[in-house]
Amino acid sequence: MDMQAILSAATGEHGLAVNPWAAVAYLVSGVLFILALRGLSSPATAQSGNRFGMAGMLIAVVTTLLTHAPVDAAGVLDSVSLIEILVAIGIGAVIGIVMARRIAMTAMPQLVAAFHSLVGLAAVAVAAAAYLNPLAFGIADAAGQIHVVSRVEMGLGIAIGAITFSGSVIAFLKLNGNMSGSPIMLPGRHVINLGTLAAIVGLTAYFTQDQSPWVFWTITGLSFAIGFLLIIPIGGADMPVVVSMLNSYSGWAAAAMGFTLGNTAMIITGALVGSSGAILSYIMCRAMNRSFISVIAGGFGGDDAAASSGGSKEQRPWKPGSAEDAAFLMSQAENVIIVPGYGMAVAQAQHALREMGDQLKKEGVNVKYAIHPVAGRMPGHMNVLLAEANVPYDEVFELEDINGEFAQCDVAFVIGANDVTNPAAKTDKSSPIYGMPILDVANAKTVLFVKRSMGGVGYAGVDNDVFYMDQTMMLLGDAKKMADDIVKALSGTGH
Amino acid sequence: MDFIGIFSIFVLACFVGYFVVWSVTPALHTPLMSVTNAISSVIIVGALIASAAAGSATSKWLGLAAVVMASINIFGGFAVTARMLAMYKKKAR
Repeated sequence: MDMQAILSAATGEHGLAVNPWAAVAYLVSGVLFILALRGLSSPATAQSGNRFGMAGMLIAVVTTLLTHAPVDAAGVLDSVSLIEILVAIGIGAVIGIVMARRIAMTAMPQLVAAFHSLVGLAAVAVAAAAYLNPLAFGIADAAGQIHVVSRVEMGLGIAIGAITFSGSVIAFLKLNGNMSGSPIMLPGRHVINLGTLAAIVGLTAYFTQDQSPWVFWTITGLSFAIGFLLIIPIGGADMPVVVSMLNSYSGWAAAAMGFTLGNTAMIITGALVGSSGAILSYIMCRAMNRSFISVIAGGFGGDDAAASSGGSKEQRPWKPGSAEDAAFLMSQAENVIIVPGYGMAVAQAQHALREMGDQLKKEGVNVKYAIHPVAGRMPGHMNVLLAEANVPYDEVFELEDINGEFAQCDVAFVIGANDVTNPAAKTDKSSPIYGMPILDVANAKTVLFVKRSMGGVGYAGVDNDVFYMDQTMMLLGDAKKMADDIVKALSGTGH
Repeated sequence: MDFIGIFSIFVLACFVGYFVVWSVTPALHTPLMSVTNAISSVIIVGALIASAAAGSATSKWLGLAAVVMASINIFGGFAVTARMLAMYKKKAR
């Protein structure tokens, strides 16, 4: 087989894949990736969208294997190298599929952070490989001088890739609980961070004049450091923004490598993923009424900050209730809206909660679920947790779609959520959560509030007036046990 | 392809991304993240080129390492997305 003919047809002056068929194939895979995201506009079309994505990836990989098959000097296929490549793919496939099967849905944010770190590290490895062997990537002249444009692209690729990697590792450790969620504030960190960023930009500019190894590896090292420095001061409450932001970075890293290789599939994908992550970061920031800059600056929402600020409040009267009271109130209701928060997921109460919903529906109660955008630890996390517990997705509503219905509902059942229901976000200008959109549970005729104790008060460390309202009944206890007890009480009163 | 041609594709793709992502239902934002994770591993293209090229052993091994990492992401990302999407069910009527 004359691989050399195919190879020479496929290798152009700038970048690769000048072979028109290969270019078309990459374009097709880029379009399939667009369709993969398009499918996610509805749960009904999402699965076919995912298959479009797989097809796009298959086309991109097969095209690359065909146009860049490993060949020896005589142009004969080098089967050892090919087997090495296939083994590498196989190893990745096994690890990836095992991880995907085993992961608990509550741990999705960690998994996504881990995957982001791999994209970042792979981008660094590819950029380094391209730097060490530029001729193979078609980005250098015969003397081994890398094109100036390619040097800029490569510098950007390695910087974004390295930041994505080290930032995602820290995000993973924080989400996984290996590292405290509290912000770690280095003295003078803004100066250090801005200095490091300036050094990266300056060195990338210098790299266009001097392609010496020290420039390249210093950019790499500084970028790993800045990713680490940027994420350690960011607190646990802001992690949904961080995960989205790193999602965006992993896209830009892929796009930068796409520029280096002149590959349309990589550029289209990078742009899609980059915009996707940016939009999700924006949605998360808006849901917490935080500016992107203040999230990046860090220092908000440590795990311990909430507990320490709880001491100096005056005691106000509140009404305790039991599982039986809750079961009675809800079974008599016409409309019940359930407001789950992350505390519900931590207590693994989603299955018990769904059973409670099923029991109520049997009693003829109209049950809906209301989801705040930051109810989980990443965008859409709560929806996945409820879907896993077999809650039909057409009973689950987003904040803006259901907020008006609290005024007509008989019971709002809040479980493991706090800050996202706090009216102080609307009324108290001095509150740290002021301006954050909330679920208006206070408008419901009765509020049942499941909470572990009257002590801790959510991430933001703010007391919630809903606890002390006349129509509120506090159900103190573990979320799962409470939901189980309510189910028991409901089936006891059953017909 | 010349730089401006590639850059045009990039800018247009950013706009496509902007509109497509805003049309994604918030209920599917987690699968959106895991699937974007999988497709951003299209950098496997660069990894495959590096692992197949002759000339630098270090470059080749870096390429193979990147192939493993990108494959974990591709297979893991699509598989976990499929697993999540299979959970979304409509009300049984």
